[in-house]
Amino acid sequence: MTEMSGADMVVQALVDLGVDTVFGYPGGAVLPIYDALFKHPTIKHILVRHEQAATHAAEGYARSTGKPGVVLVTSGPGATNAVTGITDALLDSIPMVVLTGQVPTTLIGTDAFQECDTVGITRHCTKHNYLVMDPDRLGPILHEAFYIATHGRPGPVVIDIPKNVQVATGTYSIPNRIDHKSYRPQVDPDAAAITQAAAMIAAAERPIFYTGGGVINAGPDASAALRQLVALTGAPVTSTLMGLGAFPADDDKWLGMLGMHGTYESNMAMNRADLIIAVGARFDDRVTGRLDAFSPDSKKIHIDIDRSSINKIVPVDLAIVGDAGRALDALIAVWGDKGYKARDLGEWWRRIDGWRATRCLDFPEKKEDGAEIMPQRAVKALFDATRGRDPIITTEVGQHQMWAAQHFHFDSPNRWLTSGGLGTMGYGFPAAVGAQIAHPDRLVICVAGEASLQMNIQEMGTVSQYRLPVKIFILNNQWMGMVRQWQELTYESRYSNSYSDSLPDFVKLADAYGWTGIRIDNLGELADGIQRMIDTPGPVIVDCRVAQLANCFPMIPSGAAHTDMILQPNDITGTMDDEAKALV
Amino acid sequence: MKIHTEAGERHVLAVTVDNEAGILAKITGLFSARGYNIESLTVADISADHALSRITIVTSGPPAVIDQIIAQLDRLVPVHSVTDLADGGAHVEREIALVKVAGTGDKRIEALRMADVFRAKVVDTTLTSFIFEITGTSDKVDRFIALMRECGLVEVGRTGVVAIARGSEAL
Repeated sequence: MTEMSGADMVVQALVDLGVDTVFGYPGGAVLPIYDALFKHPTIKHILVRHEQAATHAAEGYARSTGKPGVVLVTSGPGATNAVTGITDALLDSIPMVVLTGQVPTTLIGTDAFQECDTVGITRHCTKHNYLVMDPDRLGPILHEAFYIATHGRPGPVVIDIPKNVQVATGTYSIPNRIDHKSYRPQVDPDAAAITQAAAMIAAAERPIFYTGGGVINAGPDASAALRQLVALTGAPVTSTLMGLGAFPADDDKWLGMLGMHGTYESNMAMNRADLIIAVGARFDDRVTGRLDAFSPDSKKIHIDIDRSSINKIVPVDLAIVGDAGRALDALIAVWGDKGYKARDLGEWWRRIDGWRATRCLDFPEKKEDGAEIMPQRAVKALFDATRGRDPIITTEVGQHQMWAAQHFHFDSPNRWLTSGGLGTMGYGFPAAVGAQIAHPDRLVICVAGEASLQMNIQEMGTVSQYRLPVKIFILNNQWMGMVRQWQELTYESRYSNSYSDSLPDFVKLADAYGWTGIRIDNLGELADGIQRMIDTPGPVIVDCRVAQLANCFPMIPSGAAHTDMILQPNDITGTMDDEAKALV
Repeated sequence: MKIHTEAGERHVLAVTVDNEAGILAKITGLFSARGYNIESLTVADISADHALSRITIVTSGPPAVIDQIIAQLDRLVPVHSVTDLADGGAHVEREIALVKVAGTGDKRIEALRMADVFRAKVVDTTLTSFIFEITGTSDKVDRFIALMRECGLVEVGRTGVVAIARGSEAL
């Protein structure tokens, strides 16, 4: 219990909460906190070039470490610029605490300079938010905010702090234990439900594990438990985009990602299964395809920490609310106690092998040195070249993201950082900055599209300032490729505004920021170019020119069922009815 | 292409929340953001220390939507409990309306007579008007107001529904 300024309390609370890094941008309404930070060398402040990048960098930091990301921005435009990243963190369940400056309490509501209703604007894109009117409340609120951001289903929490509350003095206090009066997420699964689930798994003839980001959020032990349970049951595993890495891609039980751009074997297995065990996944529309045709003959078990995710889209037979890791541990324990043995799933695996035989991720390509590079080949070459270095991969959003998800393979969690729920172009590069800050010695690569990258390309300055060895690998096809792909599929190839015109020379841009720029033009240059990127100690931008009109397959067109996948480009029809057009 | 909407049934939800700034905006915003209906919503502080408020929401939707509404409300940080009063068996619902009727002669007399039948109280009168206070279910209030339209209705104020489960148990 010490008397200090509000700004000092904020910094003291961050220190007490073990925060080592803050991503931010100063401005009038947070100057007192910046002054307090100046005196506190233990907290590293990373100065971004735009507040949106601060939030994505915090997400990258959080996703790659499991610790909450912390953001500090000013009032008004500082706060509104952060909104996209806050919403991204909400949809992908990323723990994040965002401190925003606010005009003094005496000016709130007067349309003061750089005033905006931050708590109003962020009310529905945060897990919770606060406006602190009394410096004595800063200590308890900061501690509570970190608790809320990291417990239950993780998410972003905003704390809006008026400037006079930062300047005023008060008593800093730390709650002994966070015992929130209303927020008490259920983490331990119901024992009876677990017993029932184990019996259902033991009895299933065609089971499949469908896992998601919740397994990653539950920590590395949850991924280990998933592997153990899969080994015990012998069942196949598929995963959402957000869940990649929880189960090793080189395991023979792994079917690849499911959903719109998932593998044929995953989607067919989901469709024909008699039991789906959903763990930390939320039956997103990108996963289910046409709902009335989604896995019609299966019983469904859904393990999720958020009760509102259960029965939201797909009604399930057995709901288990709780932490994914604890639920998996409990299932393993019951499996052992009951003496269950893995059933002979030979017939099921024979069918799966039949679907695998379509080799749905194959793509046509020319092999000579001067040939144009297929984007899939570029991702595969990147994967092959970085194998064994345990890289952290971030992506922007679009075709390149899906190609990376399909052709880059992960064996461990927290290596794959991508914007799944919100689908935020501009996420990947700043996320790579955050991941590199957290892991200075690791190889961090942002797989980017030339269009997405430009949404936060100003962060090249941040990378230069902190001498981060971030690598950007652009699959440059000179199109907003996914938009163009949909225009081909749905609008008879009327390419309305999807061409990436007036692109910068990325190599010269690299030079301008003191980076290394590498351009790869054809297949013969691919391996060397990637190797040079890896061998260059500092930041590198690789402008990898790829086949311009390649499309991402396989694909479930919007409004179609898992069984109606387009496997190859020549399956494209070019028109769609209005019902399908209306789906995103 | 037509846009389809699903019909639903009426539910009364009792929600206890922290009595803090912005909570009502959070709840109504959740309803509008997710496309749920609000037929009526009442809120007032209910605890001795003014720490808790009770919000009574009348909504409608198919069972799966009602289930989602409850789950979505329940996960908001300042929400303590959400109860679907239809689930717990019998409950009592009341709404108050203040109904202003202007007129003279037969219509005025008829209004007073019908108010008596509905056990509405006269809370204000002038030579040319009455204000009735009527308490009851929303249906009863609706019916009274419909009759008053024929007798010179000029203004209505309604509270929206408050509801509580029958029996000795608290929520």
